[in-house]
Amino acid sequence: MKLLIKNGHLIDPAQNQNSGMDVLIEGGRVAAWIGRGEQPPADAEVFDASGLVVAPGFIDLHVHLREPGQEHKETIASGCAAAVAGGFTSVCPMPNTNPINDNAAITRYMIEQAERAGLANVFPVGAITKESNGAQLAEMGEMKAAGAVAVSDDGRPVPNAGMMRRAMEYAKDFDLPVVDHCEDKSLSSGGVMHEGRVSLLLGLKGMPALAEDLDAVRDIYLARETGAHIHVAHISTKGSIEIVRRAKAEGIHATCEVAPHHFTLTDAAVEGYDTNTKMAPPLRSEEHVAAILEAIKDGTIDAIATDHAPHHADEKALEYDRAPFGITGLETAVGLAFSELVHKGLIDLVRLVELFSTNPARVFHLRERGTLKVGSHADLTLLDPTLDWVYRNAESRSKSKNSPYDGRSFHGAAVATIVGGKIVYRRGG
Amino acid sequence: MEKPFRRRDLLGIRDLSAAEITGILNTAENFREINQREIKKVPTLRGKTVINLFFENSTRTRTSFELAAKRLSADAVNISVSSSSVTKGETLVDTALNLDAMQPDCIVVRHGSAGVPHQLAKVSRAAIVNAGDGANEHPTQALLDAMTIREHKGTIEGLEVAILGDILHSRVARSNIHLLTKLGARVRVAGPKTLVPRDFEHLVEKDLTVCPHVEDAIRGADVVMILRIQRERQDSAYFPTLREYSIHYGLTNERLDLARKDAIVLHPGPMNRGIEIASEVADSSRSLILDQVKYGVAVRMAVLYLATGGG
Repeated sequence: MKLLIKNGHLIDPAQNQNSGMDVLIEGGRVAAWIGRGEQPPADAEVFDASGLVVAPGFIDLHVHLREPGQEHKETIASGCAAAVAGGFTSVCPMPNTNPINDNAAITRYMIEQAERAGLANVFPVGAITKESNGAQLAEMGEMKAAGAVAVSDDGRPVPNAGMMRRAMEYAKDFDLPVVDHCEDKSLSSGGVMHEGRVSLLLGLKGMPALAEDLDAVRDIYLARETGAHIHVAHISTKGSIEIVRRAKAEGIHATCEVAPHHFTLTDAAVEGYDTNTKMAPPLRSEEHVAAILEAIKDGTIDAIATDHAPHHADEKALEYDRAPFGITGLETAVGLAFSELVHKGLIDLVRLVELFSTNPARVFHLRERGTLKVGSHADLTLLDPTLDWVYRNAESRSKSKNSPYDGRSFHGAAVATIVGGKIVYRRGG
Repeated sequence: MEKPFRRRDLLGIRDLSAAEITGILNTAENFREINQREIKKVPTLRGKTVINLFFENSTRTRTSFELAAKRLSADAVNISVSSSSVTKGETLVDTALNLDAMQPDCIVVRHGSAGVPHQLAKVSRAAIVNAGDGANEHPTQALLDAMTIREHKGTIEGLEVAILGDILHSRVARSNIHLLTKLGARVRVAGPKTLVPRDFEHLVEKDLTVCPHVEDAIRGADVVMILRIQRERQDSAYFPTLREYSIHYGLTNERLDLARKDAIVLHPGPMNRGIEIASEVADSSRSLILDQVKYGVAVRMAVLYLATGGG
């Protein structure tokens, strides 16, 4: 079956493409680009993309899909439904499932569940160490063969520098990026929000920015030593951004991602003790948010990743210091990026596509994705930069509703998502 | 008389204006006399229900609130929850909704987690009174401290107040700092560096100083407020031993001599005699610790009265 995406504005940074162009899809792949004057095939189904931006499918490098083990929060199917509704064609779930994704059987299971759901592509991230216990290396080679695209002990950062060094050396053998949750727990332990004036005011225990900075320094130095690729997850501090910036300048293989909540909210949002403002790393103060925005603008930040972390309502309806860390994010990320980055003039649409698609594909070595080059996978995200809409938790496709953006208005959205040539989501459709 | 307090809940001192604080204190003055009567009971809150919901043990605060309610003829119910809601298997919000369904007029809540009264206030129809939440606030303690200071100094404006000890974990210190600086006092705090948060002087906009040594804070003070040391802090490596704490940070007569001659000493209790406060100081005429307890009942009568729609 052929599908023609017609009358859209095609942006594909990997091909330096930024103009009106139709895209023909056939057999799950991009079959051709057709200029405005050229004759399209008569037998293709037509998707009229007038007024829309046609981009390579958005890839979220950092999500939590909770399956196996915590299906009351999310399943791979419900997470993928939320993903495509947010404009993501591919998601990379972290290994902190139960059991931990530290072996090929679980990696394969996750991919199979995604295939059954038939929505987004799922590229699992395997654990660095068995059970993410920081003690023994997980079977990285086996997991890669099963489909894992990176390794991480996200949420439970490897505490021992010697172990991390070995993990980086080993991961390099398999060309696997090491995704690093930078947090020195000896400094942040017991903390529930950013340490600063607001934590003082609210009487909540703070997590100092230094906890992220120190771990980032340690692991960037280890990456320099080992030659491994370190990818700093959910970067949130001025200090760690500076460390990554310097590492890149030095030629160290370092990349990083930022979560939308870290460039749209400050720790002031914790006032009122809404547990939907509790996440790790925490919402930071204005100076850190300013540093993140600057790093998005100057290219230091490679990707926007949601850190989508669904939690069941009863788990969040607890005391602030007892509630779990994390918020949902798949359905609000693109709206936030449009509203806070593009429409405020910080970045243009090309950079938006780079942050959501081109770069994530590059960072996790996802071949023939993050581009619409002829022959690539036909994963596409269609954007309406001017659509005004309101996010409602109640309407979320995620099983969990723990977003701090409930009721927020947005300007700009993903309006259709195509995975493997199949339209899997259409706003209002 | 103009109603001094137009809020439904008393969640902390931070959000109150100086006029509101003064209004509560003036209302408490009016209730003080009831506590001196032979028959210590008035019908002011007859038919009202007050639930004392205590997730943390506290004999004196709970008793003080209970007496306050009963002296105003309210029906007081005490609920002590030895464990947090989460270990009980019920969410905090469910706990609040269940109590709320019984139509109380006021829920007095104490909890080891900061912010719980704020969270309950969002879902409860009853007025919520904060009786201490984690390291956040303990507003009625600050109000009774202020009442004690006013009684002995006539005013709070212009006073120099030293607060000493575990500032980091103290909700009493926070509420007092907000209250005292709003009413025009200057506050200095001191304690081991491990127990004084970084940048603490930014807690309020003005009149708060972090002193390097306890002696600097005490020198020339009109009021010296001592905080209770939680003995378990020693095990958390905030300071090496209780002995060392008492030597370097405890309030002794010698240190108190640095304060003004007419300086008064306050302590929220219960005291660790010989650790944060020497017995000779605690038992001296400058110590107003029992006055604090006495005024506590009047302050809580005023708060319950105002929160349940009085005034």
